[in-house]
Amino acid sequence: MTATGPPPRPAADVVVQASGVDKEFPASGHGGRVVALQGIDLAIRRGEFVTLIGPSGCGKSTLLRLIGDLTGPTRGTVTVNGKPAHEARLGREYGMVFQAPVLFDWRTVERNVELPLEVMRRPRAERQARARELLALVELSEFGRHRPWQLSGGMQQRVAIARALALDPAILLMDEPFGALDEMTRERMNLELLRIWERTGTTVVFVTHSIPEAVFLSTRVVVMSARPGRITDVIEIDLPRGRSVETREVERYFELVTEVRESLRAEEREHAVGPAAGERARLEGLPA
Amino acid sequence: MASASPSAERTAAVAARDGIGRGRRTLGVVVLLLLLAVAWEGAKWLAGDPWRIHAGLAGIAIDYEHVPPFQIRLASDLNLPHLWTIAAAFAEPAQRNGPPLLGVLVQAAGFTFLEAAVGFAIGAVLGLVLAIVFVHVRLLERSLVPYVVASQTVPIIAVAPVIVVGLKAGWFSVALIASYLTFFPVTMGALRGLRAADPRTIELMRSYAAGTRDVLLKLRLPAAAPYIFTALKVSATASVVGAIIGELPSSIRSGLGGAILNLNQYYATGPARLWAAILVAAALGILFFTIVWLVERWVLTGRYRPEVEPA
Ligand SMILES: Nc1ncnc2c1ncn2[C@@H]1O[C@H](COP(=O)(O)OP(=O)(O)O)[C@@H](O)[C@H]1O
Ligand SMILES: [Mg+2]
Repeated sequence: MTATGPPPRPAADVVVQASGVDKEFPASGHGGRVVALQGIDLAIRRGEFVTLIGPSGCGKSTLLRLIGDLTGPTRGTVTVNGKPAHEARLGREYGMVFQAPVLFDWRTVERNVELPLEVMRRPRAERQARARELLALVELSEFGRHRPWQLSGGMQQRVAIARALALDPAILLMDEPFGALDEMTRERMNLELLRIWERTGTTVVFVTHSIPEAVFLSTRVVVMSARPGRITDVIEIDLPRGRSVETREVERYFELVTEVRESLRAEEREHAVGPAAGERARLEGLPA
Repeated sequence: MASASPSAERTAAVAARDGIGRGRRTLGVVVLLLLLAVAWEGAKWLAGDPWRIHAGLAGIAIDYEHVPPFQIRLASDLNLPHLWTIAAAFAEPAQRNGPPLLGVLVQAAGFTFLEAAVGFAIGAVLGLVLAIVFVHVRLLERSLVPYVVASQTVPIIAVAPVIVVGLKAGWFSVALIASYLTFFPVTMGALRGLRAADPRTIELMRSYAAGTRDVLLKLRLPAAAPYIFTALKVSATASVVGAIIGELPSSIRSGLGGAILNLNQYYATGPARLWAAILVAAALGILFFTIVWLVERWVLTGRYRPEVEPA
């Protein structure tokens, strides 16, 4: 396994392809630049559940926003279903979920879920039917007429997921969607998300900084390091599908958690030694 | 099943709190008015004109004279008539053999209210349109906002005759003057509100490839609604002031401005009547404010997160 991703697959199967992507931001003040991402190569196949993990500030959100065309790369290209990300956005192929639910207070839960369909000028009857269906999927059927602020944080986030699924997106982009929830709710939401993923078959790109969450959810974990933000490791999660609470007690699960943790820790050590020396040491120490 | 739903409980709690709040508010207004009346009469007791009662009641002769310890011109009967004198003025005819002053003033207030309402509507629409344009065209905002601000530093008293005499449009000129005072708070409030949408909600709309119109109608305007209503409440009272001032240089005598001008001429002999007109003008402003406030509550309540009560 290389640091940049799995060996190339048939192109038709690839949903997201980032090639040689750099992202720089102008640094405040002295006209310098912050290198948020450097040399990102990543291919995500249809139906995958890919998690980006890494220390705060390593560019996870930036990478997600690049895929979603909420910002553009400084160098390199991002294609989605073979088209530039920009066209994919105009083609409404994304569903986005942020750390905060970002619901519209002045709309009922139902009408929040209908929002993307309204933007697409879908007929009212279709919108309502779809919203009902999605609220059932996230188990909030009785709350359609409620206002967002009348719901708990976990429920609000489920509404946000239902809204993101409304357009049947080719890709679901989720930026620490459960980061603000308590541990219990988070584990329940993880199960629910997996159930939805298996039922809808969408491709998911998921940002987290929780190692257990990354291992439990993903088919692949992309490990990133900071300053500059790079992909340092990609770990295949070979736990079988149909995961459940028991999955968290399986031997292989613990092995993978350890593997991700050590991969992240290798990055920290590298920073302590200095990037150049650390890079060499890490590459030599890794199995090919 | 109502108790199973957290929102039902919360709604009930809010309703109860609102009930208490309304009772308290009414009590507060009554107490405030009483305090004002006491202060008014207290000033007259201490520094007003001397007065005496000389009357017989049930066979007992009352003869009382009050001589205030101080004399301040401001508290004299000519400037600060007794509250009961003002109350009496409402009931007396405004002109010999005419209807009582109260009827005259209420009719005049109705006329001024219409002018103010038309001016308010024009100003609100103009203010909102300006804000929407400014939000979308940065260049126009930067070049025009200074003029919008400057327009408000020109005294309305100076602008009013130009509009009234220049346009010769009767009551409509007055409405335009009212709108001159109305549009500014709306422009500023709406501008602030249209920018108040959470940046992440804007990104969300972008991820749906939503057009400018959808972002405006589905996000910016609804997010701005609470700000716009705050501005409209300021504008409601401003438009009454604008209408009254607008009437002064015009030949229109059917409104409160005309009545005030008229009663001013009799000030030396009947200051109570001018005070009566002032009270009616204030009541008109409060009425207009209350109407906008009620509309605000009707539109916003239940649709927006309830405000957190201060501890
Ligand atoms: N809009 C921006 N302007 C300037 N710098 C930014 C911007 N967005 C992100 N950055 C910088 O890019 C780096 C990566 O940020 P981010 O992608 O948010 O990291 P993460 O999500 O992994 O915590 C950080 O150093 C951050 O300060
Ligand atoms: Mg982030």
